[in-house]
Amino acid sequence: MKRGLAILIVVLTAALLAAGWLQAGGLKIQAERSGRTPDEAVRALMASIQARDWDRAYRGLDHSNDLQQADFVREIAGADGSLRTYSNLQSFDIWPVHASAGQAMLRVRLNWSSAVGSLAEVRDLQVVRSGDAWKVVWPRPNFAKVPLHVLPVNYLRWDVVGRRSDDWGTATVDSPQVRILSMNAVERPDSVVVVGEVENEDTVPAYLNISAALLKSDGSVLAQQDSFDAISHSLLPKQVSPYRIDFPGARLSQVKSVRIDAHPLLIPASADPVISVENQSVSKDALGRSILKGSLVNQSGQIVNIAQVLAVFYDTSGKAIWVSDGYVDQALQPQAPVPFAVDIPADVANRMHDYHVAVNHYTAPSA
Amino acid sequence: MPLRTPQWWSYGLFLATLSTFLSAQEPALRVPATVSAGSPFAISVRGQGRGTLYLLGPSRALRREIEFGKDASISGDDVSSSGIYQVVVCAGGSCATKNLEVRPAPAKRLGFLLHPSRVPVSTRNAVNATAIAFDQHSNVVLAPADVTFRISPAGEKPIEKTVPTVLGIASFQMDSRASQGTLEVNAKLDDTTEPRVIQQVASEACGLRMTAVPAGTTITLQTDPIRDCKGNPLPDGTIVSFTKIDGAGKSTVDTPIKKDRAVAQFSVSGPARISVACGVVVGNEIAWGGRQ
Repeated sequence: MKRGLAILIVVLTAALLAAGWLQAGGLKIQAERSGRTPDEAVRALMASIQARDWDRAYRGLDHSNDLQQADFVREIAGADGSLRTYSNLQSFDIWPVHASAGQAMLRVRLNWSSAVGSLAEVRDLQVVRSGDAWKVVWPRPNFAKVPLHVLPVNYLRWDVVGRRSDDWGTATVDSPQVRILSMNAVERPDSVVVVGEVENEDTVPAYLNISAALLKSDGSVLAQQDSFDAISHSLLPKQVSPYRIDFPGARLSQVKSVRIDAHPLLIPASADPVISVENQSVSKDALGRSILKGSLVNQSGQIVNIAQVLAVFYDTSGKAIWVSDGYVDQALQPQAPVPFAVDIPADVANRMHDYHVAVNHYTAPSA
Repeated sequence: MPLRTPQWWSYGLFLATLSTFLSAQEPALRVPATVSAGSPFAISVRGQGRGTLYLLGPSRALRREIEFGKDASISGDDVSSSGIYQVVVCAGGSCATKNLEVRPAPAKRLGFLLHPSRVPVSTRNAVNATAIAFDQHSNVVLAPADVTFRISPAGEKPIEKTVPTVLGIASFQMDSRASQGTLEVNAKLDDTTEPRVIQQVASEACGLRMTAVPAGTTITLQTDPIRDCKGNPLPDGTIVSFTKIDGAGKSTVDTPIKKDRAVAQFSVSGPARISVACGVVVGNEIAWGGRQ
């Protein structure tokens, strides 16, 4: 009797475990890990990346190109405090591009959740047959190798010292003077967007935020927003930054006027690092969308952990018609170019005549 | 029955009755019309007995039991704020009220604002100096007084300007000088002096110009010393933007001025157009591989 009960409990436990495994998508995961088709091979790789199981992911790759696991992990998981180190693969979509008996090409859209929001990445992956299984050919990352040398860095730095006095007339330092160079309210399918440029016209650095209010015909406020991260908040003297303020759900027909305010603060800052934006050009990406791409070169000696690209687009009259922004998920090593790309809406791509790119950056304090 | 016209004696009787009634209700209060802020003074109430004195000021209220027929002294601390005070004495369910004006004491201190703390050179009416005369209790002294401003721009002889106060305030505007540097202004009233210093800084760049020097596949761009239209060098750290357009696309770099100049390097592929700007000021353009 007792033995029967024990057997029953064991069988029931096994059945429950099996049901749980099925419920959790065990069959799907198993299929994804098997790599019996090109699609399954890519799915298995993506599932391993999602689970941050680097050993399994690396085993699913074709090793004919001498790809090292450390390089693969560094590219996928990030390094040096880059944005990728604060990201996880949230989901992915796979489309076949072409296939033959021995090899196939699949397009993957990777949706990363990161510290600054979701980031999308599109990759074309080649898959080759290896016996009964298919393996993904992961291109060997080409990390820039900068020869060892000494880079003297002697850029200016501004500090704010002393204490504010409560006595009237003795607060001796004003906030920086900034000027809004341009402002344009444009209508998008689902929102009204205010874009433009702002300049720090002072001789000291400024921490800047821009807020805007959409006003109705009776003067009341329809909506109020600020530039959040679509601006370079820290502006050195005479530096110009694009800004974009989104008003989701608003329509331009509801708006009589726009009230815009700049809120500058005096902050300590450094003129280092200098980041150049090289070889900028407008082209189409793999999905046929217009993009502005180029590369960022950190000309200073310190690693820039997170960089953000802000691009303002002008029409033929020089009016700002759109501001795109995008984060670079790699850290900027000194002197090493890092590619970037930002989207351009189709209608903006048709009307734009020129553009200007600014770079915002975050560097972790050094120990 | 016709109404009879009241006789003169009936009016007299009425007024006498009212006077008696009032004298019985309200204590006779004697208060100086004005006192100086911070100065002690006395309040007296005719008669006998005791009552309660209330002194209600703009920033202070006082309650004290007093004896009629004797002076009640009020200390200077109780009237340190200038303004209109109400003196109320109550006894036996009735109160007498009088107003007292506390005027500011003689000026002892100057509040001085020199604005802004940084001003571009050669800007019209850009510097604003405002001095306010205060007494020792921080009351604004409304009586007219002459404030002397001693203006000392760096490297120039000081000049003086005397401005009378109007309702306690003396102010003037002036142009910033053509040369950058400190601008010190001392505001003086009697033996009180308040110094303030602001910075006159370079204005927008003027005649921005760069030259290019090739070195293999790269070119080094260097600006001439960057100055404003009055010849003041723009401060180090000011951002200068270089832009190059060639077959590889467009390249830009924002680089800070170091020792009056900004320097940038670009690699070039084929003919290129290179431009330079500082804020909203655009400099010269170089056609690389062609004529400058």
